[in-house]
Amino acid sequence: MMYAPYLARPTTVSTVMFKVLAALLPAIATSVWVFGVGVLVQLALASVTALVTEALMLRARAVPVAPFLKDGSALLTAWLLALSMPPLGVWWLIVVATAFAIVFGKQLYGGLGNNPFNPAMVGFAMAIVAFPAQMAAWGIPHGPLSALDQLGWIFARELPAHLTLDAISSATPLDYLKTHIAPDMSATQVMASPLFGHFGGAGSEWVAFAYVAGGLYLLQQKVIAWHTPVAMLGALGLIAALMHLADPWYYSGAPFHLAAGATMLAAFFIVTDPVSAPVSARGRLIFGAGVGVLVYVIRVFGGYPDAAAFSVLLMNIATPLIDRYTRPPSFGAANRKRKEKSR
Amino acid sequence: MRQLYRFHGGIHPPEFKELSNGTPIVSPPLPARLVVPVSQHLGAPAKPCVAVGEAVLKGQLIACADGRVSAAVHAPTSGRVVAVGEADVAHPSGLLQTCISIETDGLDAWIEKTPLPNWQEADNETVRAFLRDMGVVGQGGAVFPTALKLGVSHLDTLIVNGAECEPFISCDDRLMRERAQEIVEGVRIAGTLTGAREMLIGVEDNKPEAIAALTAACAGTPIEVVSVPTLYPSGGAKQLIRILTGKEVPHGMRSTDFGVQCFNVGTLYSLKRAIVDGEPVISRIVTLTGELERCGNAEVLLGTPVEHLLAWAGVNTRCDGVIVGGPMMGFPLESRVAGVGKAVNCLIARSDTLLPPRPPAMPCIRCGACADACPAQLQPMELYWHAKAREFGPAQEANLFDCIECGACSYVCPSQLPLVDFYKFAKDEIWAAERDKKAADRARARHEFRQFRIERDKTEKAERLAARAATPAPAATPDAAKADAIRAAMAKAAERKADVAPPTEDAKRAAIKAAMARAAAKKAEQQDAGTPPKPALDDAKRAAIEAAMARAAAKKAEQQGTATSEAEAVPAPAPKPAIDDTKRAAIEAAMARAAAKKAEQQSTATSEAEAVPASAPKPAIDDAKRAAIEAAMARAAARKAEQQGAAAAEAEAAPAPAPKPAIDDAKRAAIEAAMARAAAKKAEREAQKGQDPQP
Amino acid sequence: MNILLTALGVMAVLAILLGAILGFASVRFRVDADPLVDQIDAILPQTQCGQCGHPGCRPYAEAIASGEADINQCPPGGEDGIRKLAELLGVDFKPFDGDAAEPKPKSVARIDEATCIGCTLCIQACPVDAIVGAAKQMHTVIESECTGCELCLAPCPVDCIRMVPLGTSVETWKWRYPVIPIRTIKA
Repeated sequence: MMYAPYLARPTTVSTVMFKVLAALLPAIATSVWVFGVGVLVQLALASVTALVTEALMLRARAVPVAPFLKDGSALLTAWLLALSMPPLGVWWLIVVATAFAIVFGKQLYGGLGNNPFNPAMVGFAMAIVAFPAQMAAWGIPHGPLSALDQLGWIFARELPAHLTLDAISSATPLDYLKTHIAPDMSATQVMASPLFGHFGGAGSEWVAFAYVAGGLYLLQQKVIAWHTPVAMLGALGLIAALMHLADPWYYSGAPFHLAAGATMLAAFFIVTDPVSAPVSARGRLIFGAGVGVLVYVIRVFGGYPDAAAFSVLLMNIATPLIDRYTRPPSFGAANRKRKEKSR
Repeated sequence: MRQLYRFHGGIHPPEFKELSNGTPIVSPPLPARLVVPVSQHLGAPAKPCVAVGEAVLKGQLIACADGRVSAAVHAPTSGRVVAVGEADVAHPSGLLQTCISIETDGLDAWIEKTPLPNWQEADNETVRAFLRDMGVVGQGGAVFPTALKLGVSHLDTLIVNGAECEPFISCDDRLMRERAQEIVEGVRIAGTLTGAREMLIGVEDNKPEAIAALTAACAGTPIEVVSVPTLYPSGGAKQLIRILTGKEVPHGMRSTDFGVQCFNVGTLYSLKRAIVDGEPVISRIVTLTGELERCGNAEVLLGTPVEHLLAWAGVNTRCDGVIVGGPMMGFPLESRVAGVGKAVNCLIARSDTLLPPRPPAMPCIRCGACADACPAQLQPMELYWHAKAREFGPAQEANLFDCIECGACSYVCPSQLPLVDFYKFAKDEIWAAERDKKAADRARARHEFRQFRIERDKTEKAERLAARAATPAPAATPDAAKADAIRAAMAKAAERKADVAPPTEDAKRAAIKAAMARAAAKKAEQQDAGTPPKPALDDAKRAAIEAAMARAAAKKAEQQGTATSEAEAVPAPAPKPAIDDTKRAAIEAAMARAAAKKAEQQSTATSEAEAVPASAPKPAIDDAKRAAIEAAMARAAARKAEQQGAAAAEAEAAPAPAPKPAIDDAKRAAIEAAMARAAAKKAEREAQKGQDPQP
Repeated sequence: MNILLTALGVMAVLAILLGAILGFASVRFRVDADPLVDQIDAILPQTQCGQCGHPGCRPYAEAIASGEADINQCPPGGEDGIRKLAELLGVDFKPFDGDAAEPKPKSVARIDEATCIGCTLCIQACPVDAIVGAAKQMHTVIESECTGCELCLAPCPVDCIRMVPLGTSVETWKWRYPVIPIRTIKA
């Protein structure tokens, strides 16, 4: 017979993971609407790769396969990675990145619960470092490719006769801004390009809103805590607003930074990954703020257009340290100190 | 409306209280036999003070409190004591503990009740001693002797815990509904004893009937009934104190330091029964729930076997185990014959449909749900990692001992980890390590003192020899006598050696001799078998009669004047009266001295009387500093020797039933046999030595 | 030449200054005893049994501190003791040697009073004075002080001392390590 407590909430790890997966559905739908079925292809490729790799690794580690495949964590890693990768990326890119994420980001550290880094971000970082060219070609929102053409492009890199590469892909708004800003071209002027939509990129800004919707669902379900997303978005928005105030010529404002790139995906789905983030409330605030600052710094001053992955990985390194120094005082600890002092 | 405070965390588990809180408290039929544990409280187990076969009356003292942190145990009904010894108890270890078994006679005849009607005039000390002897302990679960918690005056707030937050349990609920008047009386007594300015009864708001009953009973008194929001574990003493007063009592500090004291309603009820009605604690309300035909609350006599209660309540066939306590903090009962103790507030007949087994555990994903639920504001996952890795130091740094083991963390854990088990494991390991450390420190101190003593004896001997060598004239005559004695002793020693020598030459003969000696010894033993102490000693029961033997031995030792133990305990200048035969004593001493002279390493081979006695009266030490140290050490030694004296005296009882010549013969025979055996052993060793090099 | 002299002078002054600082520090911050020995001694179980080949725990501690003895020589300390020593000294954990004595469950000595002849040999052997008695009188072991070192067994001429393993009581009972079948390794 087991020991106490004999009552337990029926929530399991799978429940948590599948809630997060469910929260991604609006963003997936929006992505498909904006970028086409390529997104679904990427998701499917990533999912299959993740599950196969996970199963092989579990078997190699002599760990029961079924319960760990069913927990949904590998699937979540796959989906998060697929949503951060270019929707029209070549098929092997997502496969390699996912396999790398599962093997090196998760299983080699001991599997579920033991990875110090966010596995999806490990895979993304590998891809952007190793295959910068393939990663740079982002699909044009509401592009000219039909569903079938998208499949042909992803799997065989074949384009319909009347189209060129430039017609179907472009740089992301962040990339575009970074390369076009100059002493004779202000941020505002650059952002007048139709690529930028209303806030952070035509089409992709709607995906960002979908991420927010999913995030709110997770907050409501108490799957994630408010601390990390609020701290990250707050820090990023604040620093962007301050820089914009200081020099509006070079620095775009807070709304753009919040809506652009992977900001919202990171804020609600990446930094809230419990395994690689601190646990205490204060720790989560520090962690989120750190990611926010790093995202801005790398985006604006660094060599990469977007920075969520690197910022998250850098803060992951700091997680044990943050945890150690933000342990909340235990019940009555303040009183104990006071009494000891008075003695 | 009072201002209430919140504690961190907390959970809302399903309550299951409606299973048992709808029916009034009933009394189960008298079982044929009660098994009353003597340790039903925190602290030293009570000492049984009845003999097997003795008839006892209901309420009669059967085990008295042993020391300050203890409580007495009383016969729950009238009958006959049929056993005093180890029996099953309701404890997670499933180990046996001392219990007093009583065969009930069905008469349920009370002993004369002894209330304390003038408790208001009596001083606090008297009332506390009375409560201890009435066996009043905390009935909330910790079973801490109540007497100790009343040793305060001018309390700010007296808190009465009627929260009863754990699922399934409803014994306090029913008690409050049905006996509110007596509880309130108990609160008034406790309030007066502690000089409380404010008296609050905290009850969770899921028990409106109890709140109504108490409010009615409190009318016209300064006691206030406070309805607190239902949130597990608001019934934890610290949590309830926090809710009602806002004060946080940290681990390791007493709540009285903050002007608060907390009692369970059941405790104050039994306190009232003891003081006003003169009834000791012989029963308690127990919730019987789960897979039973008739769930409800019963006033159960302590010691009633669980089996009896379950049979009476009608166990379903689905039931596959019994949980003692609630589902959050309880433990599985190892044996259903165990008797109910003062800590048993609930018995749950469990089944998989009632309490489904947990899904298989997964690794911790650091989600922090446990930290959000922890009422002690801990980081349970951190404690879990450390405990799992057996890193007890870091676990303690992470405030492991602040954990109240409420189970809230484990309840919310999505990985379904048995977190509290890990904490209990870690705590027990740390306590065990602490015990070992203490034992090691004591052993180190004793070892160091022993070495110091040997060194000191050596130098003293050298000094004495030097002094004697310097002034040979004055002590001429005694020296001559001593020299004679030494010569005699040496001769004897030589003889003995010669005795030993032949067997070394012939191992076969030695073996025969040994066999013969053994036979002789056996005969001697058989001769002695008539005397009672020996078989008793051989028996494992030795521990039980230890005390009696020690007393008898002490008496005998005094009469005989052979009390070497006294020579040890009292810093006597010389072991003069140690052995009845003065002649033998002289030879003995001489032999010892001779031995000392022979080999300096063997200087410790002096008799024990010389080895251990306190050296306080020996002013022969030159260094003043050392003398001071020594005095202190001697004092310690004297204290120890006192304890040892008892042990030694007891030891003496065995071989010395009476100084009658006949037995002396037997004894001598035994000694001779033993000596022969010793010779044989040596011979065997020699023989082995001889054989060893060959293969 | 001048430069050379200046350089030499500066060097000399520096040498004197630094030497003075070092000398002062060595006096001012001197550590009295060798604390390492004390720390090691604190870890050792103090049975004084000599199974490590040293006459007591402190000599063994000194031997470890001076690097003469290995950390895996103390059976009463158990593997836990080795682990603590390894942690203190910053070396790797080392299991007991194959031929070393195996750790035994904690026991105490008990004298068979009927056989004891009162020779005091065990009293002399006991490193912690846990045996009381006098010459020609029966001896007995104070159980609470006995470390279970077994040093009294050998000297007894009549073999009347045996080791009695200490059972678990409710006071010494420990919660077992929770077993969670996460990693059921397939055979």
